[in-house]
Amino acid sequence: MPEPKQPEKLIDDKGVRIDGRRLDQLRPIKLEVGLLDKADGSAYIEQGKNKILVGVYGPREAHPKHIALPDRAVLRCRYRMAPFSVDERKNPAPSRREMELSKVIRESLESVVLTDLYPRTTIDVFIEVLQSDGGSRCAGITAASLALADAGIPMRELVAACAVGKIQGHMALDLSDAEDKYGEADLPVAWVPNANLVTLLQMDGILTINEFEKGLTMALDACKTIHSMQQEALKKKYLVIKEVAEEREETEVVA
Amino acid sequence: MSFTPQLPPVAKLEQKTVIDLVASGKRIDDRTADSYRPLQIQVGLIEKANGSAQVSLGKSKVLVGVKVETGTPFPDTPDEGVLTVNAELGPLASPLFETGPPSEQAIELARVIDRGIRESKAVDMKSLVLLKGKKVQVVFVDIYILDHDGNLIDAASIAALAALASAKLLKAELKGDEVVYRPGLHPLPLNNHPVAVTFAKVGKTIVVDPVLEEEQVMNARLTVTIEKNGNICAMQKGGLSGFTQDELKTVVHLAVQKAAENRAKILAAAKG
Repeated sequence: MPEPKQPEKLIDDKGVRIDGRRLDQLRPIKLEVGLLDKADGSAYIEQGKNKILVGVYGPREAHPKHIALPDRAVLRCRYRMAPFSVDERKNPAPSRREMELSKVIRESLESVVLTDLYPRTTIDVFIEVLQSDGGSRCAGITAASLALADAGIPMRELVAACAVGKIQGHMALDLSDAEDKYGEADLPVAWVPNANLVTLLQMDGILTINEFEKGLTMALDACKTIHSMQQEALKKKYLVIKEVAEEREETEVVA
Repeated sequence: MSFTPQLPPVAKLEQKTVIDLVASGKRIDDRTADSYRPLQIQVGLIEKANGSAQVSLGKSKVLVGVKVETGTPFPDTPDEGVLTVNAELGPLASPLFETGPPSEQAIELARVIDRGIRESKAVDMKSLVLLKGKKVQVVFVDIYILDHDGNLIDAASIAALAALASAKLLKAELKGDEVVYRPGLHPLPLNNHPVAVTFAKVGKTIVVDPVLEEEQVMNARLTVTIEKNGNICAMQKGGLSGFTQDELKTVVHLAVQKAAENRAKILAAAKG
Protein backbone atom coordinates (compact mmCIF):
# COMPACT_ATOMS: atom_id res chain seq x y z
CA MET A 1 0.00 0.00 0.00
CA PRO A 2 1.47 3.38 -0.93
CA GLU A 3 1.95 5.76 1.92
CA PRO A 4 -0.74 8.42 2.23
CA LYS A 5 0.43 11.93 1.28
CA GLN A 6 1.30 14.44 3.96
CA PRO A 7 -1.85 16.41 4.81
CA GLU A 8 -1.63 20.14 4.20
CA LYS A 9 -2.81 20.95 7.71
CA LEU A 10 -3.10 18.73 10.78
CA ILE A 11 -5.57 21.14 12.39
CA ASP A 12 -8.03 23.25 10.36
CA ASP A 13 -9.07 26.84 11.08
CA LYS A 14 -11.85 25.67 13.40
CA GLY A 15 -9.42 23.65 15.52
CA VAL A 16 -10.59 20.31 14.11
CA ARG A 17 -8.06 17.54 13.38
CA ILE A 18 -7.80 15.56 10.14
CA ASP A 19 -10.01 12.78 11.48
CA GLY A 20 -12.59 15.25 12.79
CA ARG A 21 -11.52 15.15 16.44
CA ARG A 22 -11.02 18.02 18.87
CA LEU A 23 -7.59 18.43 20.47
CA ASP A 24 -8.61 16.68 23.70
CA GLN A 25 -10.58 13.86 22.14
CA LEU A 26 -9.66 10.18 22.08
CA ARG A 27 -10.17 8.02 19.02
CA PRO A 28 -13.00 5.47 19.31
CA ILE A 29 -11.85 2.56 21.46
CA LYS A 30 -13.19 -0.97 21.35
CA LEU A 31 -12.10 -3.46 23.99
CA GLU A 32 -12.79 -7.16 24.12
CA VAL A 33 -11.66 -9.70 26.71
CA GLY A 34 -11.06 -13.43 26.49
CA LEU A 35 -11.30 -14.18 22.80
CA LEU A 36 -8.50 -16.72 22.46
CA ASP A 37 -9.05 -20.36 23.37
CA LYS A 38 -5.57 -21.62 24.25
CA ALA A 39 -4.08 -18.57 25.95
CA ASP A 40 -4.75 -18.31 29.71
CA GLY A 41 -5.89 -14.76 29.16
CA SER A 42 -6.42 -12.56 26.13
CA ALA A 43 -7.67 -9.17 25.09
CA TYR A 44 -8.19 -7.23 21.90
CA ILE A 45 -8.14 -3.48 21.39
CA GLU A 46 -9.11 -1.25 18.52
CA GLN A 47 -8.11 2.36 18.93
CA GLY A 48 -8.52 4.31 15.71
CA LYS A 49 -7.09 1.97 13.10
CA ASN A 50 -4.93 0.16 15.65
CA LYS A 51 -5.85 -3.49 15.95
CA ILE A 52 -3.90 -5.26 18.66
CA LEU A 53 -4.28 -8.73 20.10
CA VAL A 54 -2.67 -9.72 23.41
CA GLY A 55 -2.27 -13.22 24.80
CA VAL A 56 -1.08 -14.05 28.32
CA TYR A 57 0.28 -17.38 29.53
CA GLY A 58 1.18 -18.20 33.10
CA PRO A 59 2.18 -18.40 35.76
CA ARG A 60 3.98 -21.33 34.18
CA GLU A 61 7.32 -23.09 34.51
CA ALA A 62 10.21 -20.85 33.53
CA HIS A 63 11.95 -21.72 30.30
CA PRO A 64 14.95 -21.51 30.04
CA LYS A 65 15.26 -22.36 33.73
CA HIS A 66 18.12 -19.98 34.51
CA ILE A 67 15.89 -16.93 34.06
CA ALA A 68 13.67 -18.02 36.98
CA LEU A 69 13.83 -15.89 40.13
CA PRO A 70 13.72 -17.47 43.60
CA ASP A 71 11.40 -14.93 45.18
CA ARG A 72 9.02 -13.84 42.43
CA ALA A 73 7.66 -14.62 39.01
CA VAL A 74 9.53 -13.32 36.00
CA LEU A 75 7.40 -11.12 33.79
CA ARG A 76 8.17 -11.59 30.12
CA CYS A 77 6.89 -9.39 27.38
CA ARG A 78 7.12 -9.29 23.63
CA TYR A 79 5.76 -6.44 21.52
CA ARG A 80 5.65 -7.40 17.89
CA MET A 81 4.37 -5.81 14.70
CA ALA A 82 2.94 -7.99 11.97
CA PRO A 83 4.66 -7.49 8.58
CA PHE A 84 1.34 -6.27 7.13
CA SER A 85 0.55 -3.88 9.99
CA VAL A 86 2.15 -0.83 8.39
CA ASP A 87 2.13 0.95 4.99
CA GLU A 88 5.42 -0.53 3.86
CA ARG A 89 5.91 -4.20 4.79
CA LYS A 90 7.83 -4.57 8.03
CA ASN A 91 10.62 -7.11 8.04
CA PRO A 92 9.47 -9.89 10.39
CA ALA A 93 12.87 -10.03 12.11
CA PRO A 94 12.73 -8.34 15.52
CA SER A 95 13.72 -4.68 15.16
CA ARG A 96 15.57 -2.56 17.71
CA ARG A 97 12.39 -0.55 18.15
CA GLU A 98 10.39 -3.67 19.03
CA MET A 99 13.06 -4.75 21.52
CA GLU A 100 13.03 -1.37 23.22
CA LEU A 101 9.22 -1.28 23.33
CA SER A 102 9.05 -4.82 24.75
CA LYS A 103 11.27 -3.58 27.58
CA VAL A 104 9.39 -0.38 28.39
CA ILE A 105 6.01 -2.13 28.15
CA ARG A 106 7.18 -4.86 30.53
CA GLU A 107 8.42 -2.18 32.94
CA SER A 108 5.04 -0.42 32.74
CA LEU A 109 3.27 -3.60 33.89
CA GLU A 110 5.72 -4.96 36.49
CA SER A 111 4.51 -2.89 39.42
CA VAL A 112 0.84 -3.99 39.22
CA VAL A 113 1.36 -7.76 38.93
CA LEU A 114 1.68 -9.56 42.29
CA THR A 115 4.71 -11.49 41.10
CA ASP A 116 5.85 -12.52 44.58
CA LEU A 117 2.90 -14.96 44.77
CA TYR A 118 4.45 -17.17 42.09
CA PRO A 119 8.19 -17.61 42.65
CA ARG A 120 10.23 -19.54 40.04
CA THR A 121 7.59 -19.12 37.31
CA THR A 122 7.10 -16.87 34.30
CA ILE A 123 4.13 -14.82 33.28
CA ASP A 124 4.29 -14.21 29.53
CA VAL A 125 2.64 -11.33 27.70
CA PHE A 126 2.54 -11.44 23.91
CA ILE A 127 1.42 -8.24 22.20
CA GLU A 128 0.76 -8.65 18.49
CA VAL A 129 0.11 -5.46 16.56
CA LEU A 130 -2.04 -6.59 13.63
CA GLN A 131 -2.51 -3.07 12.35
CA SER A 132 -0.66 -0.01 13.55
CA ASP A 133 -2.01 3.52 13.59
CA GLY A 134 0.07 5.56 16.03
CA GLY A 135 0.04 5.04 19.77
CA SER A 136 0.33 1.26 19.44
CA ARG A 137 2.55 0.81 22.50
CA CYS A 138 -0.08 2.53 24.65
CA ALA A 139 -2.97 0.58 23.17
CA GLY A 140 -0.84 -2.54 23.68
CA ILE A 141 -0.42 -1.78 27.39
CA THR A 142 -4.15 -1.09 27.81
CA ALA A 143 -4.95 -4.47 26.26
CA ALA A 144 -2.08 -6.29 28.00
CA SER A 145 -3.32 -5.40 31.47
CA LEU A 146 -6.80 -6.64 30.50
CA ALA A 147 -5.33 -9.91 29.23
CA LEU A 148 -3.40 -10.34 32.51
CA ALA A 149 -6.64 -9.83 34.44
CA ASP A 150 -8.43 -12.27 32.13
CA ALA A 151 -5.74 -14.86 32.86
CA GLY A 152 -6.73 -14.58 36.52
CA ILE A 153 -3.32 -13.26 37.55
CA PRO A 154 -3.57 -11.32 40.81
CA MET A 155 -2.97 -7.64 40.15
CA ARG A 156 -3.11 -4.49 42.24
CA GLU A 157 -5.06 -2.72 39.50
CA LEU A 158 -5.27 -2.22 35.75
CA VAL A 159 -2.76 -0.07 33.88
CA ALA A 160 -4.16 2.38 31.35
CA ALA A 161 -2.07 4.09 28.71
CA CYS A 162 -2.46 6.90 26.22
CA ALA A 163 -0.19 9.19 24.24
CA VAL A 164 -0.33 12.94 23.77
CA GLY A 165 1.63 14.94 21.26
CA LYS A 166 2.15 18.31 19.71
CA ILE A 167 0.74 19.12 16.29
CA GLN A 168 0.99 22.56 14.72
CA GLY A 169 2.01 24.01 18.06
CA HIS A 170 -0.93 22.57 20.00
CA MET A 171 -0.95 19.75 22.52
CA ALA A 172 -3.28 17.04 21.20
CA LEU A 173 -4.50 13.79 22.71
CA ASP A 174 -4.01 10.33 21.23
CA LEU A 175 -2.10 11.06 18.01
CA SER A 176 -2.99 9.11 14.89
CA ASP A 177 -0.35 7.78 12.49
CA ALA A 178 -0.21 10.92 10.33
CA GLU A 179 -0.22 13.24 13.35
CA ASP A 180 2.62 11.29 14.92
CA LYS A 181 4.61 11.35 11.68
CA TYR A 182 4.13 14.98 10.75
CA GLY A 183 3.65 16.38 14.25
CA GLU A 184 6.30 17.98 16.44
CA ALA A 185 6.34 15.67 19.46
CA ASP A 186 4.99 12.42 20.86
CA LEU A 187 4.63 11.62 24.57
CA PRO A 188 3.33 8.15 25.42
CA VAL A 189 2.23 7.69 29.04
CA ALA A 190 1.05 4.70 31.08
CA TRP A 191 -0.63 5.27 34.41
CA VAL A 192 -1.52 3.18 37.45
CA PRO A 193 -4.44 5.22 38.81
CA ASN A 194 -4.75 4.26 42.50
CA ALA A 195 -1.01 4.06 43.13
CA ASN A 196 -0.79 7.36 41.21
CA LEU A 197 2.30 6.23 39.33
CA VAL A 198 3.37 6.95 35.79
CA THR A 199 4.95 3.64 34.77
CA LEU A 200 5.69 4.40 31.13
CA LEU A 201 6.96 7.73 29.95
CA GLN A 202 8.80 8.38 26.74
CA MET A 203 9.12 11.46 24.61
CA ASP A 204 10.49 12.45 21.27
CA GLY A 205 10.28 15.80 19.53
CA ILE A 206 10.56 19.22 21.14
CA LEU A 207 8.38 20.30 24.07
CA THR A 208 8.72 23.25 26.41
CA ILE A 209 8.43 22.49 30.12
CA ASN A 210 4.91 24.02 30.15
CA GLU A 211 3.83 21.96 27.17
CA PHE A 212 5.12 18.83 28.87
CA GLU A 213 3.18 19.57 32.04
CA LYS A 214 0.01 20.34 30.10
CA GLY A 215 0.43 17.22 27.96
CA LEU A 216 1.00 15.02 30.98
CA THR A 217 -2.23 16.25 32.59
CA MET A 218 -4.14 15.61 29.34
CA ALA A 219 -2.69 12.11 29.08
CA LEU A 220 -3.52 11.24 32.69
CA ASP A 221 -7.12 12.46 32.26
CA ALA A 222 -7.42 10.24 29.19
CA CYS A 223 -5.93 7.32 31.13
CA LYS A 224 -8.75 7.73 33.68
CA THR A 225 -11.33 7.45 30.88
CA ILE A 226 -9.57 4.42 29.42
CA HIS A 227 -9.30 2.86 32.88
CA SER A 228 -13.09 2.89 33.32
CA MET A 229 -13.51 1.46 29.82
CA GLN A 230 -11.18 -1.38 30.81
CA GLN A 231 -13.27 -2.10 33.90
CA GLU A 232 -16.44 -2.13 31.77
CA ALA A 233 -14.84 -4.54 29.29
CA LEU A 234 -13.93 -6.95 32.08
CA LYS A 235 -17.38 -6.72 33.66
CA LYS A 236 -19.00 -7.30 30.29
CA LYS A 237 -17.37 -10.68 30.01
CA TYR A 238 -17.55 -11.84 33.60
CA LEU A 239 -21.05 -10.57 34.43
CA VAL A 240 -22.35 -12.66 31.51
CA ILE A 241 -20.57 -15.71 32.91
CA LYS A 242 -22.05 -14.99 36.33
CA GLU A 243 -25.56 -14.74 34.86
CA VAL A 244 -25.18 -18.02 33.01
CA ALA A 245 -23.96 -19.70 36.19
CA GLU A 246 -26.84 -18.32 38.22
CA GLU A 247 -29.38 -19.42 35.62
CA ARG A 248 -27.92 -22.90 35.67
CA GLU A 249 -28.09 -23.00 39.44
CA GLU A 250 -31.77 -22.02 39.33
CA THR A 251 -32.72 -24.72 36.83
CA GLU A 252 -30.86 -27.30 38.90
CA VAL A 253 -32.84 -26.31 42.00
CA VAL A 254 -36.14 -26.61 40.06
CA ALA A 255 -35.16 -30.01 38.72
CA MET B 1 11.61 -11.06 24.46
CA SER B 2 12.13 -8.80 27.44
CA PHE B 3 12.14 -10.35 30.91
CA THR B 4 12.59 -9.24 34.52
CA PRO B 5 16.34 -9.08 35.20
CA GLN B 6 17.96 -10.73 38.18
CA LEU B 7 19.35 -8.54 40.93
CA PRO B 8 22.94 -9.52 41.84
CA PRO B 9 23.09 -11.05 45.36
CA VAL B 10 25.45 -8.37 46.67
CA ALA B 11 23.04 -5.67 45.58
CA LYS B 12 20.34 -7.41 47.58
CA LEU B 13 22.47 -7.33 50.72
CA GLU B 14 23.35 -3.67 50.17
CA GLN B 15 19.77 -2.72 49.33
CA LYS B 16 18.76 -1.56 52.80
CA THR B 17 21.95 0.45 53.39
CA VAL B 18 21.64 2.29 50.09
CA ILE B 19 17.94 3.08 50.55
CA ASP B 20 18.36 4.15 54.20
CA LEU B 21 21.26 6.45 53.30
CA VAL B 22 19.30 8.15 50.54
CA ALA B 23 16.27 8.50 52.83
CA SER B 24 18.40 10.29 55.41
CA GLY B 25 19.62 12.78 52.82
CA LYS B 26 23.01 11.14 52.25
CA ARG B 27 24.31 8.88 49.54
CA ILE B 28 26.63 5.91 49.42
CA ASP B 29 29.35 8.06 47.79
CA ASP B 30 28.79 11.14 49.94
CA ARG B 31 26.92 13.32 47.48
CA THR B 32 23.78 15.39 47.80
CA ALA B 33 20.67 14.19 45.95
CA ASP B 34 21.07 16.81 43.21
CA SER B 35 24.78 16.58 42.49
CA TYR B 36 26.72 14.74 39.80
CA ARG B 37 29.85 12.71 40.37
CA PRO B 38 33.10 14.36 39.17
CA LEU B 39 32.99 14.71 35.40
CA GLN B 40 36.04 14.50 33.17
CA ILE B 41 35.95 14.89 29.41
CA GLN B 42 38.84 14.30 27.02
CA VAL B 43 38.43 14.73 23.29
CA GLY B 44 40.46 13.58 20.31
CA LEU B 45 42.02 10.46 21.84
CA ILE B 46 41.33 8.37 18.77
CA GLU B 47 43.18 9.90 15.83
CA LYS B 48 41.55 7.64 13.25
CA ALA B 49 38.06 8.72 14.18
CA ASN B 50 36.58 12.01 12.93
CA GLY B 51 35.69 12.81 16.49
CA SER B 52 36.12 11.04 19.80
CA ALA B 53 35.61 11.66 23.48
CA GLN B 54 36.25 9.73 26.65
CA VAL B 55 34.13 10.62 29.63
CA SER B 56 34.57 9.63 33.24
CA LEU B 57 31.55 10.14 35.42
CA GLY B 58 32.83 9.02 38.78
CA LYS B 59 34.08 5.52 38.05
CA SER B 60 31.90 5.04 34.96
CA LYS B 61 33.95 5.33 31.78
CA VAL B 62 32.59 5.71 28.28
CA LEU B 63 34.37 6.20 24.97
CA VAL B 64 32.51 7.51 21.94
CA GLY B 65 33.90 7.55 18.43
CA VAL B 66 32.33 9.43 15.54
CA LYS B 67 33.05 8.26 12.01
CA VAL B 68 31.75 9.96 8.88
CA GLU B 69 31.53 7.96 5.68
CA THR B 70 29.71 8.17 2.35
CA GLY B 71 26.55 6.17 1.88
CA THR B 72 23.02 6.25 0.51
CA PRO B 73 20.17 8.17 2.15
CA PHE B 74 16.92 6.58 3.34
CA PRO B 75 14.26 6.64 0.59
CA ASP B 76 11.90 8.76 2.74
CA THR B 77 14.56 11.41 3.47
CA PRO B 78 16.47 11.83 0.16
CA ASP B 79 17.67 15.33 1.14
CA GLU B 80 19.19 14.41 4.48
CA GLY B 81 22.31 12.63 5.67
CA VAL B 82 22.11 9.57 7.89
CA LEU B 83 22.74 9.31 11.63
CA THR B 84 23.41 5.92 13.23
CA VAL B 85 23.94 5.42 16.96
CA ASN B 86 25.15 2.13 18.35
CA ALA B 87 26.18 1.09 21.86
CA GLU B 88 28.49 -1.70 22.88
CA LEU B 89 28.19 -3.02 26.44
CA GLY B 90 31.15 -5.34 26.29
CA PRO B 91 32.15 -7.87 28.96
CA LEU B 92 35.23 -5.86 29.94
CA ALA B 93 33.07 -3.12 31.43
CA SER B 94 31.18 -5.14 34.01
CA PRO B 95 30.68 -8.69 35.30
CA LEU B 96 27.01 -8.12 34.44
CA PHE B 97 27.73 -7.83 30.70
CA GLU B 98 28.11 -10.78 28.38
CA THR B 99 29.30 -11.29 24.83
CA GLY B 100 26.79 -11.89 22.07
CA PRO B 101 24.17 -9.85 20.26
CA PRO B 102 23.30 -6.45 21.78
CA SER B 103 21.25 -6.74 24.97
CA GLU B 104 18.04 -4.79 25.45
CA GLN B 105 19.98 -2.50 27.78
CA ALA B 106 22.45 -1.72 24.97
CA ILE B 107 19.63 -1.14 22.49
CA GLU B 108 17.77 1.13 24.91
CA LEU B 109 20.93 3.11 25.64
CA ALA B 110 21.71 3.64 21.95
CA ARG B 111 18.12 4.56 21.14
CA VAL B 112 17.84 7.09 23.97
CA ILE B 113 21.08 8.81 22.88
CA ASP B 114 19.92 8.65 19.24
CA ARG B 115 16.58 10.25 20.16
CA GLY B 116 18.26 13.18 21.89
CA ILE B 117 20.57 13.92 18.94
CA ARG B 118 17.91 13.31 16.27
CA GLU B 119 14.95 15.13 17.83
CA SER B 120 16.97 18.21 18.75
CA LYS B 121 18.28 18.22 15.14
CA ALA B 122 21.78 18.49 16.59
CA VAL B 123 23.57 17.29 13.46
CA ASP B 124 22.79 19.46 10.44
CA MET B 125 21.52 16.61 8.26
CA LYS B 126 20.85 18.80 5.21
CA SER B 127 24.52 19.77 5.00
CA LEU B 128 25.50 16.10 4.62
CA VAL B 129 23.92 15.64 1.19
CA LEU B 130 26.30 15.17 -1.74
CA LEU B 131 23.76 14.17 -4.40
CA LYS B 132 20.10 14.30 -3.44
CA GLY B 133 18.58 10.83 -3.09
CA LYS B 134 21.81 9.11 -4.13
CA LYS B 135 24.84 10.00 -2.04
CA VAL B 136 25.04 11.45 1.43
CA GLN B 137 27.41 11.42 4.35
CA VAL B 138 26.60 8.98 7.13
CA VAL B 139 27.48 9.91 10.70
CA PHE B 140 28.18 6.89 12.90
CA VAL B 141 28.17 7.48 16.64
CA ASP B 142 29.59 4.41 18.36
CA ILE B 143 29.33 4.24 22.12
CA TYR B 144 31.83 2.01 23.88
CA ILE B 145 31.30 1.33 27.57
CA LEU B 146 34.67 0.78 29.28
CA ASP B 147 33.68 0.69 32.95
CA HIS B 148 30.13 0.48 34.29
CA ASP B 149 29.55 2.13 37.64
CA GLY B 150 26.06 3.41 36.94
CA ASN B 151 24.32 6.08 34.85
CA LEU B 152 25.69 5.01 31.49
CA ILE B 153 23.03 7.07 29.71
CA ASP B 154 24.36 10.42 30.93
CA ALA B 155 28.01 9.42 30.48
CA ALA B 156 27.25 8.29 26.93
CA SER B 157 25.20 11.39 26.16
CA ILE B 158 28.01 13.66 27.36
CA ALA B 159 30.63 11.70 25.43
CA ALA B 160 28.51 11.62 22.27
CA LEU B 161 28.00 15.39 22.31
CA ALA B 162 31.68 16.04 23.05
CA ALA B 163 32.72 13.72 20.20
CA LEU B 164 30.28 15.32 17.75
CA ALA B 165 31.25 18.85 18.79
CA SER B 166 34.95 18.11 18.32
CA ALA B 167 34.57 16.10 15.11
CA LYS B 168 36.48 17.28 12.05
CA LEU B 169 35.93 16.13 8.49
CA LEU B 170 37.34 16.61 5.04
CA LYS B 171 35.16 18.52 2.63
CA ALA B 172 33.54 15.91 0.39
CA GLU B 173 32.45 16.78 -3.15
CA LEU B 174 31.00 14.90 -6.04
CA LYS B 175 33.02 14.83 -9.27
CA GLY B 176 30.91 12.96 -11.78
CA ASP B 177 29.98 9.80 -9.94
CA GLU B 178 32.92 9.80 -7.60
CA VAL B 179 33.29 11.34 -4.19
CA VAL B 180 36.47 13.37 -3.85
CA TYR B 181 37.80 14.88 -0.66
CA ARG B 182 39.35 18.31 -0.60
CA PRO B 183 42.20 18.85 1.83
CA GLY B 184 41.61 20.89 4.94
CA LEU B 185 39.48 19.86 7.87
CA HIS B 186 36.29 21.57 8.90
CA PRO B 187 34.03 20.94 11.90
CA LEU B 188 30.92 18.77 11.67
CA PRO B 189 28.04 21.27 11.50
CA LEU B 190 26.02 21.13 14.73
CA ASN B 191 22.80 23.09 15.31
CA ASN B 192 22.00 21.96 18.81
CA HIS B 193 23.55 20.51 21.94
CA PRO B 194 21.30 17.93 23.63
CA VAL B 195 22.32 16.72 27.11
CA ALA B 196 20.67 13.82 28.95
CA VAL B 197 20.04 14.05 32.68
CA THR B 198 19.08 10.85 34.49
CA PHE B 199 17.30 10.52 37.82
CA ALA B 200 16.65 7.48 39.98
CA LYS B 201 13.92 7.04 42.55
CA VAL B 202 15.52 5.23 45.47
CA GLY B 203 12.95 4.47 48.13
CA LYS B 204 10.85 7.60 48.05
CA THR B 205 13.69 9.98 47.23
CA ILE B 206 14.84 11.10 43.80
CA VAL B 207 18.56 11.43 43.13
CA VAL B 208 20.41 12.62 40.05
CA ASP B 209 23.24 10.64 38.41
CA PRO B 210 22.68 7.29 40.19
CA VAL B 211 25.77 5.25 40.98
CA LEU B 212 25.60 1.49 40.24
CA GLU B 213 24.56 0.57 43.81
CA GLU B 214 21.66 3.03 43.58
CA GLU B 215 20.70 1.88 40.10
CA GLN B 216 20.45 -1.71 41.29
CA VAL B 217 17.96 -0.91 44.05
CA MET B 218 16.05 1.96 42.44
CA ASN B 219 12.28 1.76 41.92
CA ALA B 220 12.38 3.70 38.69
CA ARG B 221 14.64 5.76 36.47
CA LEU B 222 13.92 8.77 34.30
CA THR B 223 16.09 10.33 31.64
CA VAL B 224 15.23 13.82 30.42
CA THR B 225 17.23 15.16 27.50
CA ILE B 226 17.34 18.95 27.28
CA GLU B 227 18.31 20.89 24.16
CA LYS B 228 20.19 24.19 24.15
CA ASN B 229 17.08 26.41 24.52
CA GLY B 230 15.98 24.57 27.65
CA ASN B 231 13.25 22.51 25.98
CA ILE B 232 12.81 18.76 26.37
CA CYS B 233 13.84 16.76 23.30
CA ALA B 234 13.72 13.19 24.60
CA MET B 235 12.55 11.24 27.63
CA GLN B 236 12.74 7.66 28.76
CA LYS B 237 11.46 6.06 31.92
CA GLY B 238 12.98 2.79 33.06
CA GLY B 239 12.77 0.51 36.07
CA LEU B 240 10.04 -1.63 37.57
CA SER B 241 7.93 1.05 39.24
CA GLY B 242 7.06 4.65 38.35
CA PHE B 243 6.86 8.34 39.24
CA THR B 244 3.98 10.51 40.47
CA GLN B 245 2.91 13.50 38.42
CA ASP B 246 4.37 15.90 41.01
CA GLU B 247 7.70 14.07 41.02
CA LEU B 248 7.87 14.35 37.23
CA LYS B 249 7.28 18.11 37.36
CA THR B 250 10.08 18.61 39.91
CA VAL B 251 12.48 16.40 38.00
CA VAL B 252 11.97 18.13 34.66
CA HIS B 253 12.84 21.53 36.15
CA LEU B 254 15.98 20.16 37.79
CA ALA B 255 16.96 18.52 34.48
CA VAL B 256 17.04 21.92 32.73
CA GLN B 257 19.47 23.26 35.33
CA LYS B 258 21.73 20.19 35.38
CA ALA B 259 21.81 19.95 31.57
CA ALA B 260 22.96 23.57 31.30
CA GLU B 261 25.80 22.94 33.78
CA ASN B 262 26.99 19.85 31.95
CA ARG B 263 26.59 21.44 28.51
CA ALA B 264 28.97 24.24 29.45
CA LYS B 265 31.59 21.66 30.55
CA ILE B 266 31.14 19.61 27.37
CA LEU B 267 31.49 22.56 25.00
CA ALA B 268 34.51 23.87 26.87
CA ALA B 269 36.17 20.44 26.64
CA ALA B 270 35.28 20.06 22.94
CA LYS B 271 36.91 23.40 22.12
CA GLY B 272 40.01 22.03 23.81
